[in-house]
Amino acid sequence: MPHRTYADMDLLRFTTAGSVDDGKSTLIGRLLHDTKSIFEDQMQQIEGASRRLGNEGLNLALLTDGLRAEREQKITIDVAYRYFATPRRKFIISDTPGHVQYTRNMVTGASTAELAVILVDASRGVLTQSKRHAFITSLLGIPHLVVAVNKMDLVDYSEDVYDEIRGEFNDFSTKLTVKDISYVPISALHGDNVVSRSDRMPWYKGGALLHRLENVNLGARRNHIDFRFPVQYVVRPNSEFRGYAGTVSSGTVSPGEEVVVLPSGKGTRVESVQAAGDDVDEAVAGDAIVLTMEDELDISRGDMIVRRRNVPTVGDRFEAYLCWMSEEAMEPGRAYQLLHTTRKVQAFVESIEYRVDVDTLHREKAGFLDLNEIGRVEIATSRPIFFDSYRVNTATGSFVLVDPHTNTTVAAGMIRGTVTRLEPQPRRRVSPDVVWEGLNISREEREAQSGQRAALVWFTGMSGAGKTTIARAVERRLFELGKRTMLLDGDQVRHGLCGDLGFSAGDRSENIRRVGEVAKLFFEQGSVVLCTFVSPFRTDREAVKELFPKAQVLEVYVRAPLEVLHDRDPKNLYAREASGELSLPGSATPYEAPESPDIEVDTSAVSVESAVQIVLDRLQTLILGPDG
Amino acid sequence: MSKRVRGHLKALENEAIHVFREVAAQFERPVLLFSGGKDSIVMAWVARKAFHPAPVPFPLLHIDTGHNFPETIEFRDRFVKEMGFELSVRYVQESIDKGRVKEEEGPEASRNALQTVTLLDAINELQVDAALGGARRDEEKARAKERFFSHRDRFGQWDPKNQRPELWNLYNGRKNPGEHFRVFPLSNWTEMDVWQYIRLESIPIPLLYLAHEREVVRRNGVLLAKTDFIQILEDDRVSLETVRFRTIGDATCTGAFESDAHSVEAIIQETAAARVTERGGRSDDRRSEAAMEDRKREGYF
Repeated sequence: MPHRTYADMDLLRFTTAGSVDDGKSTLIGRLLHDTKSIFEDQMQQIEGASRRLGNEGLNLALLTDGLRAEREQKITIDVAYRYFATPRRKFIISDTPGHVQYTRNMVTGASTAELAVILVDASRGVLTQSKRHAFITSLLGIPHLVVAVNKMDLVDYSEDVYDEIRGEFNDFSTKLTVKDISYVPISALHGDNVVSRSDRMPWYKGGALLHRLENVNLGARRNHIDFRFPVQYVVRPNSEFRGYAGTVSSGTVSPGEEVVVLPSGKGTRVESVQAAGDDVDEAVAGDAIVLTMEDELDISRGDMIVRRRNVPTVGDRFEAYLCWMSEEAMEPGRAYQLLHTTRKVQAFVESIEYRVDVDTLHREKAGFLDLNEIGRVEIATSRPIFFDSYRVNTATGSFVLVDPHTNTTVAAGMIRGTVTRLEPQPRRRVSPDVVWEGLNISREEREAQSGQRAALVWFTGMSGAGKTTIARAVERRLFELGKRTMLLDGDQVRHGLCGDLGFSAGDRSENIRRVGEVAKLFFEQGSVVLCTFVSPFRTDREAVKELFPKAQVLEVYVRAPLEVLHDRDPKNLYAREASGELSLPGSATPYEAPESPDIEVDTSAVSVESAVQIVLDRLQTLILGPDG
Repeated sequence: MSKRVRGHLKALENEAIHVFREVAAQFERPVLLFSGGKDSIVMAWVARKAFHPAPVPFPLLHIDTGHNFPETIEFRDRFVKEMGFELSVRYVQESIDKGRVKEEEGPEASRNALQTVTLLDAINELQVDAALGGARRDEEKARAKERFFSHRDRFGQWDPKNQRPELWNLYNGRKNPGEHFRVFPLSNWTEMDVWQYIRLESIPIPLLYLAHEREVVRRNGVLLAKTDFIQILEDDRVSLETVRFRTIGDATCTGAFESDAHSVEAIIQETAAARVTERGGRSDDRRSEAAMEDRKREGYF
């Protein structure tokens, strides 16, 4: 009873690739025909068409070459999907053309496949195109590759020919990352080793192609460890129920688990996991579910729910492989829309590191990418996305670019990883082979001469809070009192010293590190150094403070309610953020407020003058010393 | 907890739910094209799951050729009511009355092709930006190349040579004003999948799908139901047969076939043994080898 097992059958999506005339359509026709997936009326149509086209016998390729243009040009021009089932498995074939200019179709077909069948014509050997197909298979992270050496009938079913092709392909495959490669000699035309084993090649000890398709392990493509849940849609039928609908990208989720919502970073627990209204104990990668949370949080489409101790990279700059799919070449600096999980952001291709010659796998310098070209690029986005590397997690490592003018999808991207350091890592503090001799004149000597102790005043707070206004007024007053001062602010250091940095989390960290070192020089020279930086990350600020004697540091936290900041918006930044041009700490990306600042000023409640006075009062005692 | 679908049917259901939610998120005024046939029934069924416990956030739209089997309409109205859907109906007859289309004449006359105009008019009138259809890629050669999100220009036309690449599960629904998308959540389902799903989920279906006695006329190897909508010719032989339908469309061109499958279970057995495609009984597809492709280019379902 075939239908009994039918409900328990699993699903293999695979893709086929081959050069023109490798017999790919014939192979698919053969698979469909021999698994009895072709109906009589289809057969009649093909028989009729075969006769009209002057083919001898049945042209199985006509089954798959669906569109009129294909019939005319006798080539497959687009991805077509085919279905067949055996008692063990249901199969979805994405049939992709092998014609030289259609790399994009193969990439499309391969994006969802778990296995690729690459056809090699035994009478022609391993062609450049076969290698190209194998490279794309590898690039798209397809875990299983089957090399079907076709047209064995044309080489008298020769074992030597098969071995030679197998050897050549094997050598080439060492450059790829596909782990599981198998080979099978076939004749699609005559059906040898396609559905059942052929006795015309007794030297071949393996199974037929279909046997391989039926037995390959499924699920190798999915990441079962790292829970990632991009929120797709908020289900809110009434004020009682608030559920977050989406498809589990990877990992598993169960009620009661502690989760964090990105980008807010707020934590809660999963209250329930629902599949079409039923409460379930667990959902796994691929499941379309609804989650409810224990706490009422503001969560919307594009947010991502993850485990507390297993979060993806949050960043707005990353490296990726890009396959260009548009007639109009890609040039760095143009704005595109980037679709990643359920998030949509603006993106720029910042630079092309190199283009891959897919035939030789050589890297070459490139100023642009043309249709069907693949390159490694650096991408910057207007807001952070939450990603993993494609190798580790297909679902959170893949994206497409859309041309905002034509609305078409112009590129497929696979994220390699971050270009910047996002987690502050233990960094090298000293270059190799250098010796610190000590300062020629010590700070203490300078302090004694000037009668002023050096100090670091670090102003932190969100953009528009009033850091610079206060700091400037403080410095002016100190100057008038005859003190040595220096003021460093964000916009100033980003002209020059830090002009090479952007605003990703990693770049912000590096910016603060450099500022810390510069401040230290002025400090050692005996000055009161005032630094005004958003400096959103606590760890970065702590790292700076560690460079200075504790007693000579003042951390000033300048803040104001978000509405006030949006109202003030002196640099027009919040308005630009609202239009999606950039992202600011404290709204789209995190701002970590100091836990115990030396001074905290709410500038919506206190005037600039009194804020300045508060800072000066503390500084007076600090720079004059305990006796002052 | 109710019995849950497993294996490949669950994978297909997950995929369809994902697409429904994507449509609800990306578009402002989607509709679900509902014909009362099994594919549109399954589509509506899965849509309810996608948004549970909230109602489906878009209405059903039926393009009524006026040549429906009465059973289809009865079923439609009951289904819509029981499932809590909102339904809009637009009539081909109105398009004819307004002179938007001209009715075909002769014994083979069908309103099937005329639906396209009524549908496009409805899309304009209701400012629909996404029309969900139950088409499956396994039905026909031209459909094998459809995307899940299929872009239509201002004239509702499909350009098979210029389709957007569709990768992973990232769906690009960007468009200009006046354009729309056809979206096919059941793209990867086969006829067998649909029937298995109907059985596992105990989904109600019109009785036309089950074997019943009916007066039929045999023409060009197709059994047509004797209805008021077809012209009986002199040499037509009308006979009473036990038949059922594999697809339910316009009564003038949907072929019945002899069957004694009285249950969904029996339909599944029959489908497993079937030697003709389900559209093999559709006389509209037989008009030329590229009949479907031509109709799709013009904006057919």
